[in-house]
Amino acid sequence: MSETFELTIDGVTVSAHAGETIMQVADRAGIYIPRLCAHKELHPFGACRVCTVLVNGRPQSSCTQPAAPGIVVENDTETLRNVRKSLIEMLFVEGNHYCMFCERSGLCELQALGYRFGYLAPRYPYQFPTREMDASHPDIFIDRNRCVQCARCVRASRELDHKTVFEFTGRGAHKAIAVNADARLADTDVNGTDRAIDVCPVGCLLRKRHGYRTPIGQRKFDHQPIGSDIEAARSPAAVTG
Amino acid sequence: MSAQLAAQIKSICKAAENNPARLMDIAIAVQKQLGAVSDAAVDLIAKNLEIPRVDVDSLVTFYAFFSKTPKGKIIIRLCKDVVDQMNGVAEVAATLETELGIHFGETTPDGAISLEYAPCIGLSDQAPAALINDVPITHLDSGKARHLAQLLKREGALAHLVKTFGDGNNAHNLIRSMVVNNIREPGPVILAPYTSGSGLKKALALSPAEVIRDIKTSRLRGRGGAGFPTGMKWDFTRQAGGDKRFVICNADEGEPGTFKDRVLMTECPDLIFEGMTIAGYAVGAAEGIFYLRAEYAYLENFLNAVLAQRRKAGQLGKNICGKLGFNFDLRLQMGAGAYVCGEETALISSCEGHRGDPKTRPPFPAQKGYQGCPTSVNNAETLCCVARILECGPGWFAAMGTKGSAGTKLLSISGDCARPGVYEVPFGIRISDLLKKTGADHAAAIQVGGPSGRMIGPKEFNRTICYDDLSTGGSFIVFNKERNVVDIARQFMEFFVEESCGYCTPCRVGNVLLRNKLVEILQGHGAPEDLAYLEDLGRTTKLASRCGLGQTSPNPVLSTLENFRPAYEALLKKGRGRKDEEPLLASFNIQAALSDGATLAGRASSIFTPTTGSKS
Repeated sequence: MSETFELTIDGVTVSAHAGETIMQVADRAGIYIPRLCAHKELHPFGACRVCTVLVNGRPQSSCTQPAAPGIVVENDTETLRNVRKSLIEMLFVEGNHYCMFCERSGLCELQALGYRFGYLAPRYPYQFPTREMDASHPDIFIDRNRCVQCARCVRASRELDHKTVFEFTGRGAHKAIAVNADARLADTDVNGTDRAIDVCPVGCLLRKRHGYRTPIGQRKFDHQPIGSDIEAARSPAAVTG
Repeated sequence: MSAQLAAQIKSICKAAENNPARLMDIAIAVQKQLGAVSDAAVDLIAKNLEIPRVDVDSLVTFYAFFSKTPKGKIIIRLCKDVVDQMNGVAEVAATLETELGIHFGETTPDGAISLEYAPCIGLSDQAPAALINDVPITHLDSGKARHLAQLLKREGALAHLVKTFGDGNNAHNLIRSMVVNNIREPGPVILAPYTSGSGLKKALALSPAEVIRDIKTSRLRGRGGAGFPTGMKWDFTRQAGGDKRFVICNADEGEPGTFKDRVLMTECPDLIFEGMTIAGYAVGAAEGIFYLRAEYAYLENFLNAVLAQRRKAGQLGKNICGKLGFNFDLRLQMGAGAYVCGEETALISSCEGHRGDPKTRPPFPAQKGYQGCPTSVNNAETLCCVARILECGPGWFAAMGTKGSAGTKLLSISGDCARPGVYEVPFGIRISDLLKKTGADHAAAIQVGGPSGRMIGPKEFNRTICYDDLSTGGSFIVFNKERNVVDIARQFMEFFVEESCGYCTPCRVGNVLLRNKLVEILQGHGAPEDLAYLEDLGRTTKLASRCGLGQTSPNPVLSTLENFRPAYEALLKKGRGRKDEEPLLASFNIQAALSDGATLAGRASSIFTPTTGSKS
């Protein structure tokens, strides 16, 4: 089989296989590295930067950075917690995120990260951008107010659905998710069952008439913080390191 | 009409062999011929190339020189970078607006002339400057601007725009530009006499491995600013294997205040192309790409002519200089207005016909670059050094400069100095000595390395230019004490806000927040705690950003906070007008917050109406 080697994450020695990313190694060891754009079924993208770790002192996104023998990875440090919380706050103020009446509340990964990092009010001013919605499709709507530009839909449409429904247009602060049509989602070949819709971490891509099938209070992050599924896999031996 | 459009697009796509990798060239041609890359054109391009429409749209909306809606036949792009601001661009802008009867961002009603701002166009040594379509106009003032606007309105063409030509090749038949070189100090390596072919012939007498060894011995490091050892980069590229490898010359200098590549391309194109050919030989590449920024399109025909001449002379093409089996050729790739494309992986994306998003690293270009093949990306100045090292020997080169920084460096010096222009100086030169050379007698601050570099004050003027001290890609902007460093930092942040590709969170959002806070402070709404806010935000953006743009963009703020803190402190609000009150939420501007309400109500607030004597 493939070559294996050891590295340390937050002082814990873990074993890795050649070709794995730092995030994959950490996941297997039950060490949670917070993330937003990363998704197990998709190629890593490295856009949100929430999973930034220090590798031998240098910042790298752990979703894209290959594991290497003997590297020292810092993950859960005060500096990085502050950086990650900052990034989450940036995403909150950049868009228009109204958790109290968003149907993804309790299932939203951005919201869950906010809770995990003890985010109460942003240190940055809200930008209140004007963003477009698209309800043209019979089964799906896009609310760009909630887009965090993670490109999960872009990747899932290409990699899992073998289509090209989504892509970014514009640049910088004007960058936005666009669809493969003159303007409307209804004019693309997207389908209500596309995986591209499932992978949205926030309430930007939503299926119509599905919003409250799981009642508030019984949702994924209502009882357990994001990342606890990964941390549950941590063996007692690894904890003592 | 639409049948005509379809035919035009079809022929443009066909000229590019319907190759999606040449989407940049196609979009550039469409923009040029049709004045826009409209939604209809996007549809047609996608159909001809058989690629998703949104992929075409993604590219077109990324680059500043493309437009979805029609622009004027003549586009005036006035450079608004910091040096232009210092030289009175505001008056020039006002004159243009008055004469043309339009604001910036608009087109005259007859569709003849559009007025726009551009970030640095590589003419800071002759600012204020503008591009009229591809034609650079330098040393503008309001009188010249009036004349210019009237001429363009009257003639609707560029024919009589340039009457006198600059020095050297600026007067060449294929350039015919008013731009001057401003070579203030030639040096022994780059701006020195060179016989075309001399370095190349010596290289071809060696094996590729020996060429790489010589470059390593010379201790040449990349001149773009990062300073990676060139020999090592070539070695990695060569050893990465595969059948196909590429060399790319990065001539996309976009750092505000830099213009030395402009002079290199005007006066030493042979030296650059020769360096590229040597690089091709060393790494085992058969193809090279020369990436030219859109702002230097006026040099395109000239550079292509130099390439044609080199092909004729057997210095490009098959069995170069009689060396059997060494085949190498190169093509120009035009950019379309995106600073981030100076980042090597973004540059590769652009060459491949994509938006200029940087790529994930690793893999590095030396392992997987252009079209997934090992690629060496080198700065134009680095390649000039290569040709000279092969000609004169690695020992000759290594003897110049300092231990860690061999050779000479080209500096683009502008701002408050008597002799702005290009200087070739040995590494290790002191800032104070440079100031003397350039006649900058009252310098209070210097931006070394452009906005992404560092703003230093007099206490650092004894420092030196080299990789181990003050590293720079070449931009060097001098400011007198009359200049407002906080506003300069704000202007640099405006630049980064516009030029961020938007791929990653910290750069896309962090730069906007930094800029906004500086604006607040400059408007007198800054609170003491805002300085810590800027420092924390700046550090986060640097640490978490994905590429060099965001990793350096907070530098103007952080380095001015470090070296010019009193300039910030003088602008802060110390309370809210009442002595006993803490500066609670000093950044909150009650008048601005009430303005919508006041407009709706048709009267000012009876409670929060500012009274005389109140500071806010």
